Amino acid sequence: MVDEPDDDGAGEYSAFRVNRRTFVGASVTVGGAVAVGSLLAGCDDAESGEDAETSRTTLTLRINGEAHELTVDNRTSLLDLLRERVGLTGTKKGCDQGACGACTVLMDDTRVTSCLTLAVMHDGADIVTIEGLATNGRLHPLQQAFIDEDAFQCGYCTPGQILSGVGCIKEGHTGSAAEIREWMSGNICRCGAYTNIVTAIAKTSSGA
Amino acid sequence: MYPFSFSRATDERSAFAAATSGARYIAGGTTLVDLMRETVERPTAVVDINGLPYRSIDLQASRLRIGSLVRMSALAAHPDVRREFPVIAQALELSASAQLRNMASIGGNLMQRPRCLYFRDVSASCNRRTPGSGCAAVNGLNRGHAILGASEQCVATHPSDLAVALVALDAVVITRDGTGERQIPIAQFFRQPGTTPDREHDLRPGELIVAVDVPTGPEMRRSGYLKVRDRESFEFALTSAAVALHIDAGVIRTARVAVGGVGTVPWRLPAVEQALQGRVPGAGLWSTAAALAADGAKPLQENGFKVELLKRTVERQLRNVAGQP
Repeated sequence: MVDEPDDDGAGEYSAFRVNRRTFVGASVTVGGAVAVGSLLAGCDDAESGEDAETSRTTLTLRINGEAHELTVDNRTSLLDLLRERVGLTGTKKGCDQGACGACTVLMDDTRVTSCLTLAVMHDGADIVTIEGLATNGRLHPLQQAFIDEDAFQCGYCTPGQILSGVGCIKEGHTGSAAEIREWMSGNICRCGAYTNIVTAIAKTSSGA
Repeated sequence: MYPFSFSRATDERSAFAAATSGARYIAGGTTLVDLMRETVERPTAVVDINGLPYRSIDLQASRLRIGSLVRMSALAAHPDVRREFPVIAQALELSASAQLRNMASIGGNLMQRPRCLYFRDVSASCNRRTPGSGCAAVNGLNRGHAILGASEQCVATHPSDLAVALVALDAVVITRDGTGERQIPIAQFFRQPGTTPDREHDLRPGELIVAVDVPTGPEMRRSGYLKVRDRESFEFALTSAAVALHIDAGVIRTARVAVGGVGTVPWRLPAVEQALQGRVPGAGLWSTAAALAADGAKPLQENGFKVELLKRTVERQLRNVAGQP
């Protein structure tokens, strides 16, 4: 694990240490630190030297019912924040371009692709990931339905499929198998478990 | 991604102030974040405008006003829009995925940048991304590129479905900056590439889209959007057609037709509209009018199929909207 760049001001550094104690994993800074060095080396922007001071933001997110205060590099996607800063690796990184849906989470009760949004844009937001769907040790009905219907093979897309499915049911787009397929088209399954995914969502939405 | 400073605009004044000092506006972020990660976009400052009050959808007698921060999903689901402007709801629901529609704003939808793979690949030549560097698509992989409105400098299609519907309906883009408000007819909002492909729209630096107005009219209720793609869902258009018809006493009084997936900007078809207006609907009419849809088309090496596909797309959608399948 690489530490933060050490050219931060002292205040910035101490703020970071407080946060670091609070959270599991801080390896988002691995990519961040490497990228800053290499990009700045090739960048002739005179203002670049100020970036270390201005390129971080402190925000509070409610994640699976728990408040988290973090200071993040502004470049951090919500996906990277969840995985690398909070340690919730259930949310998967597939394409990192919004094309596969593996990173789908619920934000303020709405399904979104967490790779395509900056964490700093969501101060105060309420996030639910796959780790937060079960209540009191009982799986969410759609999680149970994925097991019952054998709705996955390798499982990599499954957290995104389930969060997207929860959103799809909330939105009311489960009137037919065709409607479910259309409204779940943002989630790719390379194993091809679509048939059973559609069945799991249909049965959950009808309470069967 | 390059480092950038981040701020939140609490009102228009703070948004304009940030933009004046060089910040890029961000709303949904589904285009901008993606392109920043690819280093196609390299803003040094980003200002979040989601706190601004552009969230309403307001239908009045003469127009529908859509706030620029309304999300695609919210506009598509709005009962007034579904009833009075089905072409808008359909164009939106045939765009992107449910997740992206929950995130992406209407203003941002109009500001989408090209999906040309050379534009997105910073190691390739692209006049739009790096003026003067050349166009790798003209003689490259150009199956998905434009057959209308292209120049030697750029052949990328405009990616928005919503914009095709809005061009058909003569929408007006309402913008503001520190100097006041402007109303830009949407056909003038989008710029063909010509010799300056990096200038994609009519906005001034720092000018912000605050709303889109769509006029009401008897043809709006009888409207719809057809999109032809390589796969059935979550894909950009090969061809598409937005059609609105007012048929009264057995005669077409008003016809509005615009097409997507084929032009460097959303492409209105006035010749097709003229061939329809004042005529009696019928099988011969649809094909005669649709035969004009690709007038002026200049196919590239790999996209010649779009010429015939476009005519058939327009004919089918004229029939669909007229209720004569």
